[in-house]
Amino acid sequence: MSEAVAFTEPRDAKPAAIEKVSIIISKGSLEGIYPGLIMANGARMEGIETNLFFTFFGMDAISKARHEHVKVAAVGNPALHLATWLGGFPGVATMITHRLAEEMEKLDIPPIPEFVEMISDSGAGLYACKASADLFGMRKDDFIDQVNDIITVGEFYGLAAGGQIIFT
Amino acid sequence: MSTATYAGAVVEVDAEGFLADPAQWTEEMAHEIAAQNGLGELTDRHWQVINFMRDSYLKTGAAPSIRTLGKVSGVPIKELYQLFPKGPAKLAAKIAGIPKPRGCI
Repeated sequence: MSEAVAFTEPRDAKPAAIEKVSIIISKGSLEGIYPGLIMANGARMEGIETNLFFTFFGMDAISKARHEHVKVAAVGNPALHLATWLGGFPGVATMITHRLAEEMEKLDIPPIPEFVEMISDSGAGLYACKASADLFGMRKDDFIDQVNDIITVGEFYGLAAGGQIIFT
Repeated sequence: MSTATYAGAVVEVDAEGFLADPAQWTEEMAHEIAAQNGLGELTDRHWQVINFMRDSYLKTGAAPSIRTLGKVSGVPIKELYQLFPKGPAKLAAKIAGIPKPRGCI
């Protein structure tokens, strides 16, 4: 005979609020970078302690050479509903990115460089992945000034301690 | 909708304590709401943000984004977070007696 399991707390008890998040941005396309930035900025807006960890091509968002040139993937992106051969034409990715940027501006969503600076100013920590930086031959100078440090995976877990980790 | 008493007046508030009707707000309430939310004495810089939030809301019907707040209010983003560590847009809106901002940015 089985017994019903008793609830230890009332059903309407509110779960504890999230107090800390560490968000990993691992992809280098526009649609790969924005979600993590929006999550990070939104976390700070709620007063949540926030760290951003950029790895692999996600580091484009904090690379001096590339952060102004991040584009939507026009090829191999089924969500665009665009023929692959068309997406490959010169200028198509730039054109789609430009259109999207205009729409984002209307919604007050900043371009990536401004957004990253905003998030840094809000008190979030910005970190580059050491393995990726080594792989691409990038040093601290290659990253925008807001980047706090280049850190190892182990150090990232140390920073993330006591909070949630979100991978994008 | 529940009610709260600020500065001796009973006002309607939402579940998080944001005033339902901005017209019921007074400056005296601002001090009390600020204190309840962990802020000390409100400085001129706090007021610059609070007034900006309130004016924008009354003019446009929506609270400004944090980006607009940083660019137009005259208080840069770094300072906004120093003044309102638990979230400038949210907290300033609460103190300014306007509904909670619903924007993601």
